[in-house]
Amino acid sequence: MAAHSTLLSVSKFINPVWGGRLGNTVKVLGTSLPSHRSSSRLAPPPAKYGGRHTVTLIPGDGIGPELLSHVKEVFRFSCVPVDFEVVQVNSALESEDDINNAITAIRRNGVALKGNIETKHTLPPSVKSRNNVLRTSLDLYANVMHCQSLPGVQTRHKNIDIMIIRENTEGEYSNLEHENVPGVVESLKIITRNNSLRIADYAFQLAREKGRRRVTAVHKANIMKLGDGLFLQCCREVASGYPDITFDSMIVDNTTMQLVSKPQQFDVMVMPNLYGNVVSNVCAGLVGGPGLVPGANYGRDYAVFETATRNTGKSIAGKNIANPTAMLLAGCMMLDHLKLYDYATLMRNAVLTTMNETRLHTADLGGQGTTLEVVQSIMRMIQSKGQLTA
Amino acid sequence: MAAGSAWRSLVTQVGGALRTPLRTPALSNASFSRGMQTVTLIPGDGIGPEISNAVMQIFDAAKAPIRWEERNVTAIKGPGGKWMIPPDAKESMDKNKMGLKGPLKTPIAAGHPSMNLLLRKTFDLYANVRPCVSIEGYKTPYTDVDLVTIRENTEGEYSGIEHVIVDGVVQSIKLITEIASRRIAEYAFEYARNNQRSSVTAVHKANIMRMSDGLFLRKCREVAENYRDVKFTEMYLDTVCLNMVQDPTQFDVLVMPNLYGDILSDLCAGLIGGLGVTPSGNIGANGIAIFESVHGTAPDIAGKDLANPTALLLSAVMMLRHMGLHDYGNKIQTACFDTIREKKVLTKDLGGDSKCSEFTADICRRIQDMD
Repeated sequence: MAAHSTLLSVSKFINPVWGGRLGNTVKVLGTSLPSHRSSSRLAPPPAKYGGRHTVTLIPGDGIGPELLSHVKEVFRFSCVPVDFEVVQVNSALESEDDINNAITAIRRNGVALKGNIETKHTLPPSVKSRNNVLRTSLDLYANVMHCQSLPGVQTRHKNIDIMIIRENTEGEYSNLEHENVPGVVESLKIITRNNSLRIADYAFQLAREKGRRRVTAVHKANIMKLGDGLFLQCCREVASGYPDITFDSMIVDNTTMQLVSKPQQFDVMVMPNLYGNVVSNVCAGLVGGPGLVPGANYGRDYAVFETATRNTGKSIAGKNIANPTAMLLAGCMMLDHLKLYDYATLMRNAVLTTMNETRLHTADLGGQGTTLEVVQSIMRMIQSKGQLTA
Repeated sequence: MAAGSAWRSLVTQVGGALRTPLRTPALSNASFSRGMQTVTLIPGDGIGPEISNAVMQIFDAAKAPIRWEERNVTAIKGPGGKWMIPPDAKESMDKNKMGLKGPLKTPIAAGHPSMNLLLRKTFDLYANVRPCVSIEGYKTPYTDVDLVTIRENTEGEYSGIEHVIVDGVVQSIKLITEIASRRIAEYAFEYARNNQRSSVTAVHKANIMRMSDGLFLRKCREVAENYRDVKFTEMYLDTVCLNMVQDPTQFDVLVMPNLYGDILSDLCAGLIGGLGVTPSGNIGANGIAIFESVHGTAPDIAGKDLANPTALLLSAVMMLRHMGLHDYGNKIQTACFDTIREKKVLTKDLGGDSKCSEFTADICRRIQDMD
């Protein structure tokens, strides 16, 4: 037991320094770390002082700040035992201090809720996307998104229920680019066995936990034979350990075609980074748009929650028309993660009731409601449940 | 009377030639000549031969001035040991400049690369153009789709350069060059101008791939400066995907590198009904253009007269328009859409139970009735 915890602390020391690219260094050291979590949720940090959790809040740009302030308001109103540590990240600066501060805060607290940080094209290419830096530094390897048709939202397709698990740290987002010859740029896409095994394992465990029957791997191994071929092979290896779950694979262009014609055929999907970007945005569009779906980024030690499609929403910022649903549901996912299930259920029910029953919709869903009206309706619903409110 | 119509068709052809994209001086010479134009036909495998026959029949009924030269492109090993397409096929294509291709089988273990890849390399087919227009009569959840995807077809993520760095770590190289990016951007704007499209949108992920997609985007912006009459916008790939499935009517012409183009063009094909009804054209250097159907060879229904020739037919119509023969193109397209709208002789994939020959005959009849 002591050895186990020493190993844990040793690997925690090594991994942040060398990053995930060298694979699981503990495995390299000749021992294999037994999964210290029985489910795919990782053990949350212990509650801080007085039974109240501290969570890092990164407002980001665009509609992030206003939506997150609504989340804070709803939390305060419902007397949720969570305190927010706000860390601002200025996307216009070239220095990395801001994002490093945010990363340190998340390491300290273990959990974060964030808005999207804009990547300004006026800055030189050496300035990486801040969101990406955050994900890779904290090794948040799994991006999980659950797309479900909501009864109160008019869409072209009905009965969609897809879980998308996307590898979040490598692939096309490795940020390794160079210009050897002027006018010729090479961008490297890295696929590693360890990360592919890790994400496949996460996908199958989650599928089992949620009682899902089928996992589909999305790839382009007919063209990228080695890269995506490796990813597919790892998925197959992991699948053999889960005989109760059907595994199949589909090429990404066929997948998008199937998604717009028959999305009901998909159950759980697992894929590398870029295809995950495409597929998750397509699915979000199918169920009603970017304002509805929350997303979560899980690592071994940290979890960061945000909207699934990661939009800054610059064009609608400050106009009180943004849809708060996605961010509020992300907050609920965070509460589930902190094991505050009652509060999570209370909030989620209030949000979904407002969406489905009162039909109070914001402009993106074709309604006339403002953000504030929707949030107030949600708070009224929470109050009507008879719980203690502020 | 005959002289009058010949004069009229000459004027149309000249007018058409003037409207076709730049850098096709050879093409304008070819279409300047009155009379038959020769097109290389590659029937392909599986259902290829039967749908090619259907197209030839329909062109016959429309009396289109096209003479077909059939060629086979199964790869053979050249003198240097390199795989190449048969020399007579290459010669025919170089001479005719226009090609129509059916689906080609990509064998798994034949040792040679896919035929499509070979064709692309041989003729430097740098632009893949896919117009996606909703077909009235073939219902999909999306109506009023009318967009064109223009995809860079030679480099990007499909450069095929991959290495195993150490055991368990693979790197794939995505190549973006200034030359190819400028070329595709220029083609996109030319296409927009020649086909009266109002805007061109560059699709990219320059927030993540700062240098490579950044270069692509810069070239698009530079080229946009020379085409002030066409509106230029840029949009992230994920935003395009998100908006495409919610409201495809907001898009017009989309230009993008290889991988995004692959995914998006198939996504758009899915919006209008799938690969069985989507036309596609590949534009190469030196005025060569090969139009093709992008569906598979469907070996399970090959030879049974069940195939749907719509995709190949619409690609052939695209070819007619590219050559400047808009009248014939419109006539054939109208007949095809009318047949589909009537819903009386649809093939199985369109929801009916008629044969390919019945479908073809119906279109031929409509064309003849039009005259």
